[in-house]
Amino acid sequence: MFNRQIAKSPNRQIAGLAVLLALAIALPFLVSNYRVFQLNMVLVYAIVLLGLNILTGFNGQISLGHGAFYAIGAYVAAILMDHFGWPYWTTLPAAGVVCFAFGFLFGLPALRLRGHYLALATFALAVAMPQLLKYKHVEQWTGGVQGIVIVKPDAPFGLKITPDQWLYLFTLAILVVMFVVGWNLLRGRTGRAIVAIRDHPMAAEAMGVNIALYKTLTFGVSALYTGVAGALGAIVVQFVAPDSFTAGLSINFLVGIVIGGVGSISGAFYGALFIQFVPNFADQISKAAPWAIYGVFLLAFVYLMPGGVAGFVRLAWLRIRGVRTRANARSALSEMTEPRRTP
Amino acid sequence: MKRKLLAGLGLMACVLASSAAAEKKYDPGATDTEIKIGHTNPYSGPASAYGTIGRSEAAYFKMINEQGGINGRKIVFISLDDGYSPPRTVEQVRKLVEEEQVLLLFQSLGTPSNTAIHKYMNAKKVPQLFVSTGATKWGDPQNFPWTMGWQPNYQTEAHLYAKYLLQKKPAAKIAVLYQNDDYGKDYLKGLRDGLGSQADSLIVSAVSYEVTDPTVDSQIVTLQGSGADALFIFATPKFAAQAIRKTYDVGWKPMMFLNNVSSSVASVLQPAGLEKSIGLVTALYFKDPTDPQWANDPAMKEWQGMMKKYYPDGNLSDGFNVFGYLAAQTLVQVLKQCGDELTRENVMRQAANLKNLALPMLLPGIKINTSPTDFYPVDQIQLARFDGRRWVLFGEVLGK
Repeated sequence: MFNRQIAKSPNRQIAGLAVLLALAIALPFLVSNYRVFQLNMVLVYAIVLLGLNILTGFNGQISLGHGAFYAIGAYVAAILMDHFGWPYWTTLPAAGVVCFAFGFLFGLPALRLRGHYLALATFALAVAMPQLLKYKHVEQWTGGVQGIVIVKPDAPFGLKITPDQWLYLFTLAILVVMFVVGWNLLRGRTGRAIVAIRDHPMAAEAMGVNIALYKTLTFGVSALYTGVAGALGAIVVQFVAPDSFTAGLSINFLVGIVIGGVGSISGAFYGALFIQFVPNFADQISKAAPWAIYGVFLLAFVYLMPGGVAGFVRLAWLRIRGVRTRANARSALSEMTEPRRTP
Repeated sequence: MKRKLLAGLGLMACVLASSAAAEKKYDPGATDTEIKIGHTNPYSGPASAYGTIGRSEAAYFKMINEQGGINGRKIVFISLDDGYSPPRTVEQVRKLVEEEQVLLLFQSLGTPSNTAIHKYMNAKKVPQLFVSTGATKWGDPQNFPWTMGWQPNYQTEAHLYAKYLLQKKPAAKIAVLYQNDDYGKDYLKGLRDGLGSQADSLIVSAVSYEVTDPTVDSQIVTLQGSGADALFIFATPKFAAQAIRKTYDVGWKPMMFLNNVSSSVASVLQPAGLEKSIGLVTALYFKDPTDPQWANDPAMKEWQGMMKKYYPDGNLSDGFNVFGYLAAQTLVQVLKQCGDELTRENVMRQAANLKNLALPMLLPGIKINTSPTDFYPVDQIQLARFDGRRWVLFGEVLGK
């Protein structure tokens, strides 16, 4: 379905993306530094959500433990910067490699687990992570409960922009690379294999897909994305501590991909906007019960946009384009929603 | 003649007005009519029990505003939820400083949360005043001149217990129960420092628990097995109550020290059992609202009156509500001293210039003192022993 749409209007789509990218580059120069910081976190979360979506949305393996990979990425960056004096940008590949290894290794036993059991196993990882970080034999590296404070990098090459603006642009560049790579991965042979495993593992196997290898690799790649985002997040926030990576964070990520649109690449952005801004918004509406308001928002989204925001936007777009394609719109909608029952 | 007089008066008025205007100095967050104060607190999440501190502070500021404000200015208290999550604290504090443009940040709660913003506040030169944590690192004017603590720090408190124990029982065998985080470890460090070179030989067993543990029963049994005859409980209220009860139930009778954090009669000693709590030693600095000895104290009555009118949902037996009230009173004193010079620099100067401030809800004899080199406002404390009904203060007021 994706390919057909792309084939229809490749130039228009690329032009649209270029406009969006230009807007994203201009944005930090139009708003205050505080907003730039918030938008920066949106970009970081978008990378996490893409990673989680590769695993849960496309491959059908539910993870409630991505907060743990995010934490590992963050700590790798913080420790390398604080103890070994690495420049901030060199910590990203390191965080990615470490998380890939962790994800791959965790994916091996996870092969035996399906559906809810896998969700529970990953959740265990998320719950254990804050305490593992406090463990006294790693304390000299992790700083225990005190965490690690990181120095915020200034803009290089004598650029006359604030550190916030620079970090935003840096994150944006990483995000573009990660999304282009992810997009290529999911659209090619590999992507079809990943989706086939989700939709019909037996058929996939019959067609010669090595399920065990693909599943563990997907787990690794997903963790890699999350780890890189974790490293970026640590640099942006300038601080890591066990209390930053509670199990609630992992749940938030899952909320993000469901709200954004399971199995949709652009959904990562909508989901990231949701997890960044809706809690603040809820807090502004009611100090007494912010999470009740948050719950109302969540319910509203789930009921009104069952295909996630991405599905809703696509449908709305097709509607706008005219009545003549109503039949197409209907078929597009059914394509959008049908494979999503699996995870 | 009349006109001349009027002109003269007019001129005088001009001079007066301009000189008054010259004295007024403002940084962001302060105007002729209001003072903006930022605050972060966990209203949601695992530490939401602390949320009541922020609410009692808001209540007190509301009362001050109804009484006419501070030097004619109303306090605008902007309190945001950070859920005890450091990244959220960073975000909320940046919002307060950069968007809301507050004059200062007051009583931000939590050691990790305050660590996350420590450098930022000092780089921005915005006061991070009276942070709501007892860690020892907040009184460091040399390196962090924009940050100041408020409550007695944990190490000082443990230090005092050690001194008292050495005096009473020089050959004690010590067992310690502590929470496995910076809070518990700060206490343990203070105890070791207080015991000095004998620390290693005197402490026969130190066992930790996690905040997620259901009980500390097994820890108490382990500690009893070490043959100790003095027990230090460095634990938050729920675990402190369990420890007291279990110690009594297993028939162990050590000399027991209980940290100040868990000294509430209603929320710790009653659940543990009042008769099981007899003989406990703690250190206090403010009046416990559930202690019967203060039932008719005028300061207690005044606090209760404030609570009933401005925070009717608030729990009158919760010591956190006294804590918030006292911290808010300290801030009001600082702002009064600032007069019309409401700059961030002057706020820090006045915060470091509190002299013998005796707030009525502090224990008699305890006074708040600060100086440019002393960033620990409340650093006095008095030992007390539980007699089965109330805390009986004994000895001198200790500390600086």
